[in-house]
Amino acid sequence: MLHIQTKVARGVLHNFWLVILSAMLLCICSLATAQKIPSDAPATGAVTLIDDRGVAVKLNQKPLRVVTLLPSLGEIVCELQECDRLVGVDRYSNWPDRVKSLPKLGGLDDTHLEALVKLRPDLVLLARSSRVTQRLESLGIAVMALEPQNQVDVQRAILHIALALHLPDAQSRSELLWQKIQTRLDQVVDKIPSSARGARVYFEVGSGYFAAGEASFIGETLKRIGLINVVPLRMGSFPQVNPEFLVRSNPQIIFIAEQSATDLSRRPGWDQMQAIQENKICRISAENSDILVRSGPRMAEAAQLMLACLKRVYQ
Amino acid sequence: MGNRSNPDAIPLGWWLLLLIVSISMMGLTLGSEGWALGGFWEDRQLVIDIRLPRTLGAFLAGGLLGLAGALAQGLFRNPLADPYLLGSASGAGLGVAIGLIFLTGTSLAPWVLRVGVTGMAFLGAWGAVVVTLILAWGVQHTLRLLLAGVVVGVVLGACASLLVLLYPKVQGSVQAFMLGSTSFVGWHGCILMAGTLALCLTVSWLTSPVLDGLALGESTAQSLGLPVTSVRLVLVATMALCTAAAVAQTGLIAFVGLAAPHLVRSQVKAVHARTLCLSCGMGAAILGGADLLARALIAPLELPVGVLTSILGGGYMLILMRRLSKGDRSS
Repeated sequence: MLHIQTKVARGVLHNFWLVILSAMLLCICSLATAQKIPSDAPATGAVTLIDDRGVAVKLNQKPLRVVTLLPSLGEIVCELQECDRLVGVDRYSNWPDRVKSLPKLGGLDDTHLEALVKLRPDLVLLARSSRVTQRLESLGIAVMALEPQNQVDVQRAILHIALALHLPDAQSRSELLWQKIQTRLDQVVDKIPSSARGARVYFEVGSGYFAAGEASFIGETLKRIGLINVVPLRMGSFPQVNPEFLVRSNPQIIFIAEQSATDLSRRPGWDQMQAIQENKICRISAENSDILVRSGPRMAEAAQLMLACLKRVYQ
Repeated sequence: MGNRSNPDAIPLGWWLLLLIVSISMMGLTLGSEGWALGGFWEDRQLVIDIRLPRTLGAFLAGGLLGLAGALAQGLFRNPLADPYLLGSASGAGLGVAIGLIFLTGTSLAPWVLRVGVTGMAFLGAWGAVVVTLILAWGVQHTLRLLLAGVVVGVVLGACASLLVLLYPKVQGSVQAFMLGSTSFVGWHGCILMAGTLALCLTVSWLTSPVLDGLALGESTAQSLGLPVTSVRLVLVATMALCTAAAVAQTGLIAFVGLAAPHLVRSQVKAVHARTLCLSCGMGAAILGGADLLARALIAPLELPVGVLTSILGGGYMLILMRRLSKGDRSS
């Protein structure tokens, strides 16, 4: 016993000095990086907004250093032409190209708190379920939770972000952006092949029969381009559907991620499905899936992708 | 019974203290970009607001889990007992799922939102233990208590899974909670945990002679005139309080509660008053060290500390077991 104890003690002592030594070496090697703090933030009146948590967020000054922890929120900021105010994003943000070079601060559940605070943001836009919300608020950083789930939410998120950023004519600028998205959506809808209209569609968002229902924003776009979702409104946004229900509803077209689209006909009962028999399957590649599943300002592009596939399968 | 204590307890205590101090020194200088002693002064606000509370939080949570583990192993006279034995882990998981799903509405009173997910985890962990105690008709029968704990754990775990299935949106957050993390501990959490630890440590210290008696067997303890039943209830409550406080702030951190008392016992043979305190210190050192590693290994990214404690703690325990059994055979 004593033998083990001294051995452990020696081991601990040995490791301890090793760590101290390497820590000192690293410290010598690494130089402290100076932080640039914007000192001339012009005050343009306080704005108070009710965010998606129902909390009143007060912004006394125009935020100049913004962090977004949800890809769609960053996309909205950039679409409002304020991309250069972003100083950090979450790890999934990849559009537009400008955000790719920004510091990545982890996801909603494992946000790198210290790296985030070090960027000295004056506004953090995140989702309701984010774990850092309370911590950031206790550190005195303005936090606004916005979680667009459908098109109405996206419209509201655009307005909220425009107001929060203290944009001049925030109301009309956000309205302009929304109109731009709607016009482009309408253009796509006009080009849908007439044979595809009214077809029953199943959109799988995750393996294990997780579907995009009519209530989701994907469902809203599908409806808009004239397809009928086999997962009705009452089943919720992204329900896990019963495989039997799906086979019985017999979709005529299927949207599915590329990686889970192998051996579809071998799923039980699927070989009798109209979509499988007529090979009307839209395989979504990984890079396109970001556009399709994010409830952000790129819903017209998402519709465009759907259109491209519909044209292909309906010739 | 106090004079039966082993002189080895004191040096181990000093070693643990030294370890904790050195880990906290390193923890304070380990920033988001790796080690940075040079930027220490510029970052002082960051150190006070983030690094200090999280380092302290890791020690406190580790201490709570170590103490709870030692209490569990003493109470149930079973070396496999850990703080989550009476269902608190799944209870906390269910609490978090409920909190994430139902406490996000906009129509709720502000105080409900303030209690939030942390409070729900605490209530869940406590609630599970209470249900276990009710199902086991009290604390008199160890076996009944353990079985009830297993049943409650399984049922509440299934309920949490069901909720996650019905509301897939919260899946990621619930999973992140299950992995455990010390990154989001603030001063408020530290104060709560420190208060709980002080209270629980005092209670366990005062009642530890009963644990010593219990080690000789239940009937022996009773024949010694020790108030076994009432103290048991107090200790179960203490253990549940420790676990719930740690879980609510840091999520589920595996293995610390199981490994800390074992590591202490492999070094020291002493009365419970001492092993309880040493387990508390050992738990603090383990979780503090793991937190340091979690931050340093893939900086500027971070590993969930719970994953690390499981891998490292499990590996070290295996080595220790092997060495000890070899020693037994040769002697």
